[in-house]
Amino acid sequence: MRRPYLRPIDSLWWAKPPYLAYTLREAAGIAIAAYALVLLAGVICLALDENAYSAWLRFLASRWSLALHAIFLIAMLFHVWTWFAIMPKTMPRLVIGGRYVEPRFITAAGIVIAALASFVLLAIALWVRP
Amino acid sequence: MMAAESTAERRVTIEVLRYRPDQDTAPVIQAYEIPCTEDMSVLQALQYIKDHVDGTLSFRWSCRMAICGSCGMMIDGKPQLACQTILRAGDARPLRIEPLKHFPIERDLVVTVSEFVSKIESIYPFIIPKTPRTPAEGEYLQTPAELARFENFTDCINCMLCYAACPQFGENPDFLGPGAFALLQRYNGDSRDAGHDKRMALVHTENGAWSCTAVGYCSDVCPKHVDPANAVNQNKTNSALDFFFRFLPRRGRSERGA
Repeated sequence: MRRPYLRPIDSLWWAKPPYLAYTLREAAGIAIAAYALVLLAGVICLALDENAYSAWLRFLASRWSLALHAIFLIAMLFHVWTWFAIMPKTMPRLVIGGRYVEPRFITAAGIVIAALASFVLLAIALWVRP
Repeated sequence: MMAAESTAERRVTIEVLRYRPDQDTAPVIQAYEIPCTEDMSVLQALQYIKDHVDGTLSFRWSCRMAICGSCGMMIDGKPQLACQTILRAGDARPLRIEPLKHFPIERDLVVTVSEFVSKIESIYPFIIPKTPRTPAEGEYLQTPAELARFENFTDCINCMLCYAACPQFGENPDFLGPGAFALLQRYNGDSRDAGHDKRMALVHTENGAWSCTAVGYCSDVCPKHVDPANAVNQNKTNSALDFFFRFLPRRGRSERGA
């Protein structure tokens, strides 16, 4: 006698391991978007007038803003790490010189390039500082 | 058989999710305490139960060496091959064995595979040659580099662990799913094949690549390192390219798909 039984799926699957890592990876994107909004607010303030821009600078120096940016930094580092960890899965298999390139090399290359780019940007920022 | 008297003092409790359609309205847990040895697999434990404790327990198995893909089940919540998972006798807590998640249960640890088989059949799982050759003309040649582009996708054993790992398949049983995508990419990635357009028609749909949210757990549980998440996600790019390139002349598309 056939009477197949389909178990209901757990509606909170995304909040539990092993899927929690995926949920955190995707959620880090929200922090990145929020950081982009802070930067966008700065650009808009700059376009408005000097008062608005100095108000935005004062907000950046506030304790709340520093705490927020600490969270943004952690989220960004996590996002960079997980982004490059998943990157080999989103591209065709890389074959160089007739040999398959292991995903961990692609991940490592991405992280190294991101780190180098960050240091160069930081160096330029320190160099042009008045 | 495997339960020699000398090892009878080592015992392990195994909890099996049982479902007998003729008597159970819903699956129930049944615990078995059996003797075990240090080198015993979960499959051997199930075979011991069936041979010596409870002959009504149903489960699929065949090769007991991780190549037939029959004995996939949830072992302590993780999709694994029972033959490839070793019982750890030292563990005080009971081992929990359930049928593969996201599939209807037929009986005990046996799940329905017919939908999966239909999906495998739907992706044109064979080489569609660009220009058919006669045996007299010789074989279709391929370089090692061309083989490297899809070789891992040929290793799939259809064990369906990736489907049990995929929450999007759980949400949408019509999703083509990681296993079928691995086979699809095995042929689409093959330099001798020209069936790209036929298979892409399946990739483009709501139940194709776009049902995937790149959770990636399917590749983690794959016992043959096929990396089905890669097969699905590189086809999102292919699907997007096809969307934008559909306005271009036909020639460019088929060349790229080759």
